[in-house]
Amino acid sequence: MAQTKLTDDKGELKSGRTIADELATKQREISISEFFLKNRHLLGFDNNKKSLLTAVKEAVDNSLDAAEEMKIAPELKVIIDTVGEDRYRVIVEDNGPGIVKEQVGRVFGKLLYGSKFHRLKCSRGQQGIGISAAAMYGQLTTGKPIKIWSKISPKKPAYYFELFIDTKKNEPNITKQEEIEWPEKEHGIKLEIEMEAKYGKGKQSVDDYLKQVAIANPHAHIVYITPEKEIMEFPSVTKQMPKEPKEIKPHPYGVELGMLIKMLKESKANTVSGFLQAEFSRVSPAVAKEICDKAMLDMKTKPSKVEVPQVEAMYKAIQTTKIMSPPTDCLIPIGEEALQKGLKKEVAAEFYTAVTRPPAVYRGNPFQIEVGLAFGGALESEELVKVMRFANRVPLLYQQGSCASYNAVVDTMWRNYGLGQSKGALPTGPALILVHMSSVWVPFTSEAKEAIASYPEITHEMKLALQECGRQLGIYIRKNIRAREQKDRVNLFEKYIPEVADALARLSGGKKESIIASMQKMLKKNMQNIIQEAMNGIEEKKEDDGKKGEEK
Amino acid sequence: MTTAKQSLEKIGKKLVDDIEKGKNPEIELPVRALSNIIYDKKTCTLTMGKNIAKRYFFNVAHAKKFMQTVEVAAISKNLLEEGKHASLRDVFYMAKRTIPNTKVNIVDEQSESDKAIEDLELISENAREMLNINANKMGSVAGKVIIEDQGDRIDWSKLGSGGWSIPSNVENIKFIKANAKYIVYMEKAAVWERLHEDKFWDKHECIIMSSQGQTTRGIRRLLQRMQEELGLPVYVLTDFDPWGIYIYSVLKYGSISLAHITEKLAVSGCKFLGITADDILKYDLKKHFIKFEENDSKRLAQISGYDWFKDNKDFQRQFRMMKEFKAKAEIQAMSARGISFISEKYLPDKIKNKDWIE
Repeated sequence: MAQTKLTDDKGELKSGRTIADELATKQREISISEFFLKNRHLLGFDNNKKSLLTAVKEAVDNSLDAAEEMKIAPELKVIIDTVGEDRYRVIVEDNGPGIVKEQVGRVFGKLLYGSKFHRLKCSRGQQGIGISAAAMYGQLTTGKPIKIWSKISPKKPAYYFELFIDTKKNEPNITKQEEIEWPEKEHGIKLEIEMEAKYGKGKQSVDDYLKQVAIANPHAHIVYITPEKEIMEFPSVTKQMPKEPKEIKPHPYGVELGMLIKMLKESKANTVSGFLQAEFSRVSPAVAKEICDKAMLDMKTKPSKVEVPQVEAMYKAIQTTKIMSPPTDCLIPIGEEALQKGLKKEVAAEFYTAVTRPPAVYRGNPFQIEVGLAFGGALESEELVKVMRFANRVPLLYQQGSCASYNAVVDTMWRNYGLGQSKGALPTGPALILVHMSSVWVPFTSEAKEAIASYPEITHEMKLALQECGRQLGIYIRKNIRAREQKDRVNLFEKYIPEVADALARLSGGKKESIIASMQKMLKKNMQNIIQEAMNGIEEKKEDDGKKGEEK
Repeated sequence: MTTAKQSLEKIGKKLVDDIEKGKNPEIELPVRALSNIIYDKKTCTLTMGKNIAKRYFFNVAHAKKFMQTVEVAAISKNLLEEGKHASLRDVFYMAKRTIPNTKVNIVDEQSESDKAIEDLELISENAREMLNINANKMGSVAGKVIIEDQGDRIDWSKLGSGGWSIPSNVENIKFIKANAKYIVYMEKAAVWERLHEDKFWDKHECIIMSSQGQTTRGIRRLLQRMQEELGLPVYVLTDFDPWGIYIYSVLKYGSISLAHITEKLAVSGCKFLGITADDILKYDLKKHFIKFEENDSKRLAQISGYDWFKDNKDFQRQFRMMKEFKAKAEIQAMSARGISFISEKYLPDKIKNKDWIE
């Protein structure tokens, strides 16, 4: 090796410095912003089309959360404007509480800053990376700052900001800040990001995303203006606001060893027992005692004094201690009625159903699964059904294949419920399936928050909800669709008769009109029998399907 | 003797009669499926069994097929009346139209009208050619043979690079003179062109013949006539795959869908020359294998279970080896050993050594 020539046996350079010394000169802290600059795909900025969607998504998520925190129905305006080739301006305006001027810089110009990371509650955003990453992406591709208008009360002045992100220091660099007039606004935020992007229609487009947002948030009113100046309005169809998200403390079952070490170190509690009761949900003095006893740890030890081997013992003790499930009143499902309303207003179908499962728990985190289903009407009948996936009301558009929701749909036996399905594939038929997971901590498979990880408890709940919707669908299909199809087919006889009569007249030399008359007479006389025969045909077919299902 | 036209009229009158009596009009036809195929061990051919199916008009499942059947019957009758011939494709277009006020076509694809025509052959007991419906011409032939067709004398050795193209109806062809010891029939037109360019038929005094893919009726009938009238042995050359062996099977035993006319088509003396599994090993063709797809394996399993192959040890051995290889090979793979390897070495050796299976 080339390197061996420069060093002696002890790994020292000829100059007397060690390799480690040499490397040390190159080792320095990497700022989070720099890291994400190099790994922007982790945040959903892999390509131009996706970047546009991600920017809109982050802004819309924040706006909806903000309005709901104020307990008012969200009113959103989304505008995408063409600036030049592959360059767009994203403008999102809300009626939320606004942001006080001292905080604007940090909220939009610093990564991993926000109110949501340090708490466990059902909100759309989780980590506080999103919107500042969008701002940084804009800055990186166009050199333009993010522009922000903020107003916190009709009685207070509004402010306008332009700011850049210092990617080395992960600090905002405000280049403009001024008081402005914004009379038509009571309170809220408007932001504008110019970025390199690509606008498209169809799957994974901004149009599709906002439509899905409208379905899962029937209480929100969204106005959207496309780059083609087309105005799309998604009205609100319910006055019922989602209930206020409650914060909960983590449950001991969900904590990882490293996290436990960190929490102990940072704790202000005087004793381990106090620490356990204060930092976790469902830990009573008795439970705290049981954990400490099992870990052979004195309950009165100061948390910061607990050595790592003892933390490990504590961690093991937690797993074997019976602890009550976490509270579930912190979950905010959309609700069966609202979900159906949301589907009805955006999807033209003829049958709708929705199921909200009771809350359940995975790794100490409470969660709740909901499934909505629309069938028939204008939906495509020959194609694979469309699956809409949501996490805390946010549509997930990418990485469908690795998402627990998608896999639960694929693993459900839809043939039993009247849809077609090949092995290992989505069902086919004129249907749309929506799966929503509400949780204080949705286990995403990556930072870009695109797919839900397949914990067995989650998959199980999803399947139960899908099956319940499937049963409703099956009842509907059997009652209505098949009967109508058969009737249509019987009606076809009337159309076939002239054709057959014509051919028979040519063949036999007989008169076409008299053949038609005789055939129509027969049809009238036997209509009931023919329909009955056709229906028997279905019953037999249904039994066959049932058997096939059993064999599998 | 009733003519084709009369038999079609008879069918029409019977159905009108049913209707006027208030009886659900029905057409009877033999079941055209493997379950109703009998392998006759004496003649070594496939024939149709006695299972009869009834097709009614007033039945949701039958109505459309019923309509298609009477439609092609009427088309055929018009052709007979006008003394004209139509191809299968022509008939498809003559039948294809949308029924007024519906989205339903009488036929959507040619396979539907083709099937209706095959049914009509069974119902009317007339071969397609007698109904004035012809298949497309698809094959070529060359050799030192002189024939007469519609008054023209044709010398198969003097037709340039294309050879004589075999018509779909060969009933009226007369053999004037034939100077050949055997016939090589091959699955691939490209291989035929190779042999023709190398003047294989001249050097070895034989006839070479091909079609593209499945063998048409015209070719089967012509082979049968040459075997019987000229007394020539027929050697079959196909790809090494289940589909190739089935081409041989159809030639020798008849096909499942046309079992009703097997006696007019079967070339019962034909021999399977290759490509065999042994050829693959002998000529080191394994490196040109194409991996089996799922449907190849399925087809192989089907074919090896057919009655007429079940007790044939030589073929079962081929099937076993093919199954082990899990791969197929094309005839053209031999070009890897030289462009004229097939005409200069492979075929002469195989025929000289009587290296075939039957």
